Amino acid sequence: MIMSAETRHAAAARVTCEDLVVFLNACFCCTGQREFYSDGRAQTVSIEFLHDYIRGNYRRLYARTLAAGVNHFNRARIVTELLASSRDAGPVERRDEGRLVVAALRSLPAPRAYRALLAVRARGVNNRRLRAIVRDYLSSRPDLQFDAVKYRGKLRDLILHTHLRLPGELGGFLFKGWKQRRYQTPLLETFRQAHFSDEAMYELPFTVAEGMAARRNIDRAVFLRKIAPRLTTLERLRLQNTAAREGVAELAIDLARAGLTRVAIYLLSLPPAERRERRAELQAALDDAARRCLREAPLALGRVAAVLDRSYSTTGSPDKPRRSLAVALGVDALLRAASAEYMPFWTPTADDPLLAGPRGQTDLAGPLLDALETRPDLLVVVSDGFDNDPTGGAGEVCRVFKARLDPAGRTTIVHVNPVFEAPELGPRRLGAAVPTLGLRDAEDLPTALAFARFAAGDLSLAELEDYLARRVDVFLRRAAVAPLEEGA
Amino acid sequence: MKFDETSQGLGLRGLQIAPAQAFGAVRLVPLLKEHVREDLRLGTLEFKGRRPHAVGVRGHADAPTVAYCSYIPHAYVLRWSSDGTAVAARGAALTDKQLGLRDLGGVRVLHRMVRQEEPGALRFLPLHLSLEGFLSLHFGGPDVAWSEYSRQALSHGLSPRRERAALGSHVHGLEDAVRMFEIHERQVGALVFVADALAAMVVFPHPDDYRALHRSLVRDFFGELVYQYAILYDDVPAHRVAVREAEIADLAGLRAAVARARADWTAFTAGMAAGVLREPLRWQTVHRTGPFRLRRFMSALRPDEDNHLGEAILRDGGELEYCKTFRLSAAQVRRAFLLEKLAQHHWDLARTAEALGVEVPALLVRLRNAGFGYLLKEHVLKNLPPGAV
Repeated sequence: MIMSAETRHAAAARVTCEDLVVFLNACFCCTGQREFYSDGRAQTVSIEFLHDYIRGNYRRLYARTLAAGVNHFNRARIVTELLASSRDAGPVERRDEGRLVVAALRSLPAPRAYRALLAVRARGVNNRRLRAIVRDYLSSRPDLQFDAVKYRGKLRDLILHTHLRLPGELGGFLFKGWKQRRYQTPLLETFRQAHFSDEAMYELPFTVAEGMAARRNIDRAVFLRKIAPRLTTLERLRLQNTAAREGVAELAIDLARAGLTRVAIYLLSLPPAERRERRAELQAALDDAARRCLREAPLALGRVAAVLDRSYSTTGSPDKPRRSLAVALGVDALLRAASAEYMPFWTPTADDPLLAGPRGQTDLAGPLLDALETRPDLLVVVSDGFDNDPTGGAGEVCRVFKARLDPAGRTTIVHVNPVFEAPELGPRRLGAAVPTLGLRDAEDLPTALAFARFAAGDLSLAELEDYLARRVDVFLRRAAVAPLEEGA
Repeated sequence: MKFDETSQGLGLRGLQIAPAQAFGAVRLVPLLKEHVREDLRLGTLEFKGRRPHAVGVRGHADAPTVAYCSYIPHAYVLRWSSDGTAVAARGAALTDKQLGLRDLGGVRVLHRMVRQEEPGALRFLPLHLSLEGFLSLHFGGPDVAWSEYSRQALSHGLSPRRERAALGSHVHGLEDAVRMFEIHERQVGALVFVADALAAMVVFPHPDDYRALHRSLVRDFFGELVYQYAILYDDVPAHRVAVREAEIADLAGLRAAVARARADWTAFTAGMAAGVLREPLRWQTVHRTGPFRLRRFMSALRPDEDNHLGEAILRDGGELEYCKTFRLSAAQVRRAFLLEKLAQHHWDLARTAEALGVEVPALLVRLRNAGFGYLLKEHVLKNLPPGAV
């Protein structure tokens, strides 16, 4: 076929745009972990391919996706990929990438950031650029002594790789054997003492003290009680079940500070009897979390209906237990708080979604029709996309509704999918008629909805670049990094 | 095994077919119960460490004359009430003595395929019950001492008669399909298709029983054909709904169109399972209690069709309360077919060959190839042509 230069250019732009949308969508939900319908291996292979493909073909845009709100797993992966393959990049490109990488590292939780940098080491890459970025990252850490104790192995390996000079006593602490000397720095001295005294041990971060306690055969309940003041919010949330089992009351959590999806996951982990007992409290916690989340990322919607999947497949996998259901609960709470009028439709129907567990088949077509009858402005479907009662019913309903009953597009239908489907290289779709958005945390729903127009395929590459540029500006400003030179 | 009735298939009285769920080559079709009743429940009895090695089928408990040997992971315990009141499903914790499990010279032998353990509780061995019926088909051997038959055949019949089957967990993809299947609320059974060939039909009395026993599908056994199909085929197309958009004018019309497509697929699925649901079956009643009959069945054994055997519990009104089927492989059907033809003609080789439209040597080759060479005297087999005829 013969194409004019213009047509070729337009076609290339369209392909770029589509590729990027697929990649971003995958990066919103995939974490390389096992899912209900596919194992961890398939997930890893699939997402690794996407990263390789996008980095190889669209490196400039690949770097900018760091700012698009992709999840931590993929942000860390992009950082690693960018740092491990910079041979052919020009100086301006490198400087811009560097700024994005620095901002990304600052936005990541410390263990993930360290792991991302160590992954570059595993690739056998060591250059001036990496050393500068590590130096910058370490200088941005609020308390490097704390990192040296809590992430001792990681920090040590990183320094071993980059040969950076550490301030104060840290060099000796990490490399000359902490047993050799006494320390002036209080935390390091506590770490030394903790090997000989129980009191000092309880001054250390939980993860460090836990190993020591196990080595000394300290009773789990006693340990938990005494370490309680040192626990971080997430550790507290994670240890709730252990604390209940061991009869430790000191570990009470403050649900008013946890994120929306975390609250949902926590309440789904409770036995039904306890959920029923604490129903009002849990509902309030969920609503509060939704309101807090909206304060950060405002969202004002009109008449909204939601079809929420709580079928058996929302059990997830041992790696992500009940995550899909938690996301559905989170989206439910968020939409209720954000919309003027809200109508939820659970499938299978649930009298009280807070008390219901993952059970039953996935009938999306029925609830979709019910929801469409209420004539909403926005219809959000939260599901893993495997509808089986009947198969493909939801896709047909959406297609025919759009084509025949709502050609003017009065109702916007959006499919939100918390599950990455490895063979499809993205969240599983309901059909061509509905844009499908990957979503890992319910908190990110505003971002996802903003992205919906791209997923629908309505917008061009220029608009996508524009969108990314705006996100990059905000991203860099938030991390206190200088703006890009090339212009985003 | 003597049959006491022939009927047109199992039918689906009291049951509804729901849309299929396909995973790879396995397609599982839920069967829903219209009215759930509480007066019949099924539980498993795990043998674990004290698993029986054999089942005494005939003779005393301490000295069985005919024994059935197989891998037997569990038994089912059926509990019922005659007055329609609710009963609980428990896979009774019975002692060995109550179970009729004895140690005979180091071999653990369970007494009988079906046994009433206590009032209102019946223990039986799922699928083994029907397979034993199949193996005991004309088990006595020739009833006229024709000179071609060996002394062993004349004195011991077909013993030892054996067949092979594959454990469900060895059927490629079945384990994943069972794990990922989403159980419906009123579901009591399932049709199992492998590469769209009906592999089994399972029905339990109560939705809770099904939920508890769903995963035990991988411990059932399946025929050779099913095992091969699972390896040969990667996937089957999903039964996707399709709506013709030109015919839709409003939401109600769309709803009706989806419902129609759903019903069409349901009818289609029933057609796919015709081998069990519609084709003629021959029945034998094994146990009768209150309004329930435990029966085993076998299809007509035509070598050119799919043949199933199984067991079922039927309520007096004809409602299916329990059922499990097994698809016979072609070789198994051929063997049973030959035995039936021989038995029909009083084991006279010449008349049987004539009925089958072949010469006697050809019949002998077929018998030998089917694994029945041990029934015939050595000199009879000696001058036969090698290979198939």
